[in-house]
Amino acid sequence: MLNHRISRLGLSGLFLFETSKKILTPPYSYPAIIKQLAFVGAHSMSVIVFAGLFVGMVLALQFYDTLVRFGSVSLLGSAVGLSLIRELGPVLTALMVIGRAGSAMCAEIGIMRTDNQIDALECMAIDSYRYLFAPRILSGVIVVPLLTAIFIMVGIFGGYFVGVILFGVSPGSYFKGMADTVLIRDLFMGLSKSIIFGLLIVWIACDKGYHLHLDKRGIYGSEGVSKMTTEAVVISSIAILYSDYLISALIL
Amino acid sequence: MAPQTRNPPIISVKELNTFYGSRQILNNIKLDVQRKEIMVIMGHSGSGKTTLFKHILGLQRPQSGSIKVLDNEITTMTRDELFNLRKKIGVAFQNGALFSSMSTIENVELPLKEHTRLDRNTIKIMARLKLELMNLGEHEDLMPAELSGGMLKRAGLARAVVMDPQLLFFDEPSAGLDPVTSAELDELILQLRDAMNMTIIVVTHELESAFKIADRITILDKGVQIMTGTKEEICQSQDTRVINMLQRRVNSDIVNADAYMEQLTRD
Repeated sequence: MLNHRISRLGLSGLFLFETSKKILTPPYSYPAIIKQLAFVGAHSMSVIVFAGLFVGMVLALQFYDTLVRFGSVSLLGSAVGLSLIRELGPVLTALMVIGRAGSAMCAEIGIMRTDNQIDALECMAIDSYRYLFAPRILSGVIVVPLLTAIFIMVGIFGGYFVGVILFGVSPGSYFKGMADTVLIRDLFMGLSKSIIFGLLIVWIACDKGYHLHLDKRGIYGSEGVSKMTTEAVVISSIAILYSDYLISALIL
Repeated sequence: MAPQTRNPPIISVKELNTFYGSRQILNNIKLDVQRKEIMVIMGHSGSGKTTLFKHILGLQRPQSGSIKVLDNEITTMTRDELFNLRKKIGVAFQNGALFSSMSTIENVELPLKEHTRLDRNTIKIMARLKLELMNLGEHEDLMPAELSGGMLKRAGLARAVVMDPQLLFFDEPSAGLDPVTSAELDELILQLRDAMNMTIIVVTHELESAFKIADRITILDKGVQIMTGTKEEICQSQDTRVINMLQRRVNSDIVNADAYMEQLTRD
């Protein structure tokens, strides 16, 4: 059992290695890349905007209620800004992308595996790493940071709405406080997290789907796909939260 | 048309052994396929015929043995070398294995788009030619989900032959089809061999279809190669397993009462 797990981990590593090689060497399949950018990115916009808005609003609400006890509501802007940029923006965006795109990707690749479509690609001498996985991983790495930026921006305005418009914090102190306390280092932390999260989400989803025949342990067909999709979502969520801690600990 | 046996074989399998864990799936398989021959691999479900098929395509690697395809030893080839070889090979899968996000004609065009520098119109014409050959000309814009089982198989076959391969593999052409559609596919396979000079390997468990198209037949049972021979040789075989198969009888192993009792009462 342990042997199986170690060799399976090695396979995932090789999977990422092979796909990265294809990302770094032409030719590229541009239509496939654009399709994935649209699927992971553009089609996730509404979810990200709503999530960002509500998270920003609830953050401002909670921080206001806490800060007002210490008479320091002028810190509201920096509290909302810092927590969104450093933690909540990257993590919550990643979790939303897992739910919307990661699960769908794993199920799609898994069904391609059970339906012999991946074997068919290989038999047509089309490299599945180049054709299927390079565009997906590339789009994850490009799109998740962009979605995170949108999430953070919308969240800051959600916080503005609650803090400034509802509770009457002065708009100047909200933005000035944020501009004073948010450093380049914080932006760098948020950005590097979101790039790594983008990679992790797509890597785990594609790997689980691609190696479905090795992992399903006798569970056949549709049940195998559903089990692997669940596993992909659980594993990538845990991986996101754990790597979030690691990256924070490394940078701080 | 009888195959020319003196030419070197186009596929040569020697002493092939393969295991899943400790279970032996293929046991010492030896097989030669000649140019322009239709070789049918027959056997019950679980006889190892699909595993043999995947090994000859290099989709799985054996534990021991040698597999030569078009003079290349595929058991030791790298991925890139396999890709180069596979450009000369077409494979039609049991359920077509079409990509569900593409229309029928886009599926057929895919190998040409990936491997040639032809312009869009030429690619479209070449794909249409193959679809017409398979009587799918009117359905080129349908998505795979809108095609029937027989149409999916024919579309898969069109995609497999669009690059004009020297070697064609066909997994279960008649499984799940009505007798008329199945006979049409058999006819198509014969046409492909005669018109395009292909060597064709067919995996099937349908007796009638096998006898209609085969030059030679290989019979597998539980991973063991029972015999390989022409239709006449198969018919004249005295092996009980072959006779049972031809007469559609169940293999009746003599049951040991004690062993059977133990089998039923085991934990």
